[in-house]
Amino acid sequence: MSAKTDVKAYRGFFTVTLICLFVLYAPLIVVTVYSFNDSLSITVWQGVSLRWYADVFTGVESAKFKTAAFNSFSIALIAATVSTLIAIASATALVRAGRFRLRLPSMGLIMLPIMVPEIVLAVATLIFFNSIGFTRGYLTILVAHISFCIPFAFLPIQARMQGIEDTYEQAAMDLYASRAQAFRRVLLPLMVPGIISGFLLAFIVSLDDFIITNFVKGAGVETLPTAIFGSVKQGIKPNIMAISTMLLAVSVIFVAVSYLAAKWDNTKSHLKTDPAR
Amino acid sequence: MAGGGVHASSGPVAETYARARHQLLIPAWAVLLIFVAVPVAMMLIYSFLTKEFRGGVIWEFSLAAYDQFFFDRGLFGDEPPKFEWTYVTIFWRSIWQAGLATILSLLIGFPTAYFIATRPEKTRAIWLFLVTIPYWVNLLIRTVSMKFLLRDQGPMNDALLALGVLEEPLRIINTNLAVQLGLFYSYLPFMVLPIYAAVERYNFTYSEAAADLYASKWATLRRVVLPVVKPGVIAGCILVFVPSLGAFLAPDLLGGAKNFMIGSLIEEQFKGNAGNWPFGAAASMILLTLVIIVLLISTTQQRKTREPG
Repeated sequence: MSAKTDVKAYRGFFTVTLICLFVLYAPLIVVTVYSFNDSLSITVWQGVSLRWYADVFTGVESAKFKTAAFNSFSIALIAATVSTLIAIASATALVRAGRFRLRLPSMGLIMLPIMVPEIVLAVATLIFFNSIGFTRGYLTILVAHISFCIPFAFLPIQARMQGIEDTYEQAAMDLYASRAQAFRRVLLPLMVPGIISGFLLAFIVSLDDFIITNFVKGAGVETLPTAIFGSVKQGIKPNIMAISTMLLAVSVIFVAVSYLAAKWDNTKSHLKTDPAR
Repeated sequence: MAGGGVHASSGPVAETYARARHQLLIPAWAVLLIFVAVPVAMMLIYSFLTKEFRGGVIWEFSLAAYDQFFFDRGLFGDEPPKFEWTYVTIFWRSIWQAGLATILSLLIGFPTAYFIATRPEKTRAIWLFLVTIPYWVNLLIRTVSMKFLLRDQGPMNDALLALGVLEEPLRIINTNLAVQLGLFYSYLPFMVLPIYAAVERYNFTYSEAAADLYASKWATLRRVVLPVVKPGVIAGCILVFVPSLGAFLAPDLLGGAKNFMIGSLIEEQFKGNAGNWPFGAAASMILLTLVIIVLLISTTQQRKTREPG
């Protein structure tokens, strides 16, 4: 065995991996640490305190951040829900319904928001809403988010559905289940981990978006990223680091849940699958 | 990437679902046609319209936007056209910056992906998890964190000065290097994941065979491993290069005014003082064309590697 690992192993690759992780985490750790700094200045360390966390909720800018947080989370929740439902329907047609003429064009259309650079999509959406005379605001952000979240919800759902053989549904239908029953009682429960992953990915992508939101939001409507960006333009302030750390915590919770969802193989719990597909 | 690789089922279940397939696709078609495809088409139309001062357009056909991009006709537009370098330079700088960020990501990302893929199966998931966590953290927050860390009086300079490594603080913010580091930091997980997937599928008996035939380790890596995992490497490079090309946050927050990239140029036409919508639409069309060219080249490359030989 040792000779085998020798062939695989390259000296230095481990060091590069450590550098990689260091680069990825150093900025996040530094900001987290400095968010607890009890100082008006971001350069001087003055001991540990929660004053900037208190400032986020009660300070001068708290009203702005509360509205922005409400907008961000409500938009992410609605956009992720709607795009997940659309993605489930599309995945069922594209994975389960055999080959048909509109199959590849549909696949291309669903991937379009990922293929087009974000800034181009932002410009196009702004031009569209402007030319139909739609007032920019909460609703335009929501609609834009629903459309660009679809591919992110679709990918994990489609991957999961491909991994589930249709023999279960076939068995259900052989036993006189209707198509709707086979879908709802057999396929859908097996799909749950993929659906959770797709929903969470769409939610995070919506929460993360700055460029498109910045273009299609009206005057006065802010989400967390646009509010933070506006604030950072005048220099990084300690309260921004406190908000960043809280959002970071939200992200980490989401990764943990999606990681568990991806590992959760519920096909084995009550049905046996053939791994060789 | 092309989305054509999804396997379609067949058989009795497929026949049952087939009757509903168009209804199932209607919501996706409706949303994506109306809010993505039609807007992109309208952007193309806008790039051929006349600009309205302070934003918006006049519905009159005009090539002025593309003309302004490539030619300089003087302040009043009556001088003989000279080639305009301003915008071509911004595009060239963006390609260059995105390219360097991609190379940097590859140099760090490949060894990382390879290292993770050769771990025992149990620890592999943990390593992979560690690399993907930052991807889930808000991009704006990551970029702001990077700016905070790299500042002239930031923690990195403080630490290096305190350790005596430096005499004077490194001035990284507002340089090209800061933008490259920002782009690299933004999209590094996109490089690691596809390469990891390719190396994980790689059959290491090839490496053993090469070693048996007295190939050196680096020759094995370069001439045996690399050709096999090339599709993963190309996919990773595309996934870093394409978003870097149109990136807005990293150049805007880390680069400053001297290191203007395409994203900022376009943004300024709509949000900033420039207010020239047809020109912004034309610049977006040129960016989109560039991206399509990159994607076409990469798919032909991918196809080549899949064919034996």
